[in-house]
Amino acid sequence: METKYISQSGIEQWFNAIITSGKRVYAPVNSRGQIDFKLVKNLNEVSSEYIQTTQSIKASVYPKAEVLFSYEKVNGKVNLTDFDPESVPETVMWKVHPCDAAGFKPLSAIFNWDGADKLHNAHLAKTSLVSFSCASADESCFCTSVNGSPGNTAGSDIQLTMLPDGGAIAEILTSRGGELAALLPSVFEADKGVKKEKYLVDLPARFSLEEVNTKLSKAFNSTVWKEQSERCIGCGACAFVCPTCACFDIQEDVHGSKGRRIRCWDACGFAMFTLHTSGHNPREHQSQRWRQRILHKFSYMPERLGVVGCTGCGRCSRACPVDMNILEHITSIAQQ
Amino acid sequence: MEKIRERAATLLAEGVVTLVLGYEEGTKRPRPLFCRNSESARKLIFDSRCIHNLAVYLTKKELVGKDRFAVIAPIATLRSIMQLYVENQLSEDKLLVLTVDPSGELRELVTFEDIAGYVEQFELKRGEREQEILSKIDEMSREERWKFWMEEMSHCFKCYACRSACPLCYCSKCVVEVNRPQWINPWPAPLANMEWHINRAMHMVGRCTACGACGDACPVGIPIDLITRKMMEDMAPEFGYIPGQPAKKGNALSTWKLDDREQFIR
Amino acid sequence: MSSNTDFEPKIIAFVCNWCTYAGADLTGTSRLKYATNVKIVRFPCTGRIDFLLLLKSFAQGADGIIVSGCHPNDCHYTSGNFHARRRWIAFRSILDLMGVDIRRIQYSWVSAAEGSKWADLVNHTVADIRSLGPYQEYQKIADYLEKGGYHGED
Repeated sequence: METKYISQSGIEQWFNAIITSGKRVYAPVNSRGQIDFKLVKNLNEVSSEYIQTTQSIKASVYPKAEVLFSYEKVNGKVNLTDFDPESVPETVMWKVHPCDAAGFKPLSAIFNWDGADKLHNAHLAKTSLVSFSCASADESCFCTSVNGSPGNTAGSDIQLTMLPDGGAIAEILTSRGGELAALLPSVFEADKGVKKEKYLVDLPARFSLEEVNTKLSKAFNSTVWKEQSERCIGCGACAFVCPTCACFDIQEDVHGSKGRRIRCWDACGFAMFTLHTSGHNPREHQSQRWRQRILHKFSYMPERLGVVGCTGCGRCSRACPVDMNILEHITSIAQQ
Repeated sequence: MEKIRERAATLLAEGVVTLVLGYEEGTKRPRPLFCRNSESARKLIFDSRCIHNLAVYLTKKELVGKDRFAVIAPIATLRSIMQLYVENQLSEDKLLVLTVDPSGELRELVTFEDIAGYVEQFELKRGEREQEILSKIDEMSREERWKFWMEEMSHCFKCYACRSACPLCYCSKCVVEVNRPQWINPWPAPLANMEWHINRAMHMVGRCTACGACGDACPVGIPIDLITRKMMEDMAPEFGYIPGQPAKKGNALSTWKLDDREQFIR
Repeated sequence: MSSNTDFEPKIIAFVCNWCTYAGADLTGTSRLKYATNVKIVRFPCTGRIDFLLLLKSFAQGADGIIVSGCHPNDCHYTSGNFHARRRWIAFRSILDLMGVDIRRIQYSWVSAAEGSKWADLVNHTVADIRSLGPYQEYQKIADYLEKGGYHGED
């Protein structure tokens, strides 16, 4: 870990050096009235005025549907083709927010809890995160309430904190970050001794995780779930934009003697998610599914995996068509 | 607004209804509110920002229960209610409709005849956004339309918010959840996404009331409401209905006429 | 287009059992010659032909589609073809809005007595599709996962 200074032109030269190195670079781009991570070639394509991308970096780091393996039956023999970790290209996620970078810890905890997930780990191994600390936030942001902060470096390989002169404080955090910086070491100047805290947005914590946890441990049979979820229409928008939601579905795509097994995103908010073949559904009502979503993130994951399943990015609240605001709901649970 | 609160509180206090479905102030804009006692009726609001189509809840038995309930319905919701009625999804003795007419007067619509009579007075017009995008699409060549929609479809991640937000998508098992055969691949990919949206539009023929709830709900901003809206507008002269006017018994695709257009049939 | 002379269109025909299938049968027994590009799928009635089948055909490599059944008033089930006709009207409109090439779907009424009409229909459709060329535009998006383009870069 070392801290450097990088000038405005230095950032551009370094960005171009990353592009020249052949790595794919994803960055927030404004297109069709939405800000989302897209493949970019030029720094001027990158959006500057926004609080949050619609989708988390999950949408760019993982495919929405991914072939686990494929097979073909030839003369009574089955040929299997496994997922090849080498097929994943080197990727740099540029201008990631700290809440997105922090999302990989809970994701890794889920994908590796009872065995290493080859696909998840392959994507992670090939992805470098260049995060930008946050100078602004909106009413949906609450990273400071879930162990994060606008300058949180967890998960990032390099973090830039933008300075008024257009340059930035560059914190090189991991060896992978070091490799990225080494693509153009000349632009990383000596640290000017500026404290980054001064350039971060002030976002007071809205609730205490311990308090929420205590309340949730007794809340399984509470009426709060029904009260909060009445207006929930049961779409999966919240889960699909979330940086830590990991629910998936396994599907078979068979054509004659050929086929492939596909992993695709799913959501615990869907009624079909828990439907048994018998017709029984253990989470029959939307209130039970809402409870699962909250308890999984704020109770089960901290208990079983030692990591909270929410990074406070607020995307679910922004994406929800009926204003299921997670911050409001968690705060009200904490205050009960 | 005060009148709505008072009326809702009275209806609940007197036991005329056990639930008033309305709007409350949300964190960004008004959101649906389920009022089950006169106390919570104080939270009710109603103004031009209240656009969420509450008709989507009317077919959810676990929410509306067995007793009579009231719903606060702007014009778009009323059109959906009429469509649900002609599809035999609502019954008169369970539903009470409250609305505010353009002069600001609180209106109570008790029968479907009342609702139809009220809806008839309003013309359905394209809004600025719809007009802008649809006229852009009108000017495109077929190849450009294909490119436009494929680009839009590439953003769809199949959260099915469009389906969930639609008051007329009340099937207990949707075609995308039928897997023998698996008609539409469940994973998000441009082809599977487009098949889903064509399918949705086909299932909405003669039914869509252009409330815009699907487009409004789409988290990635695909103008999906315009597919069903354009289809509704284009099919109106074919099937003899007027967009925005109260639905009549017999949906476009469950009826037919001897002289339906057929110059495209060889 | 002369460049398409090597191209043999793949055409799927969805036909009803009672009229067009019998009509196609008559074409054969009458020893009428017609293009061999068509694969016939027999259905009880045009009213049974789900629009998704048409989309599936394109996705699996069809360059053109024929949908045909009994003439109006001749339906074995009285009104199946009338319902189908309404569905086609709506389907064409939606496909056109989405930019699908609706010239590639030919609808027709062919009765059990119209063996020569069936031959003409197939020949005409094959000629039309031949001039339009292969429907690569649609087929290209069908194997999306295999291209590894799943990150949305193209």
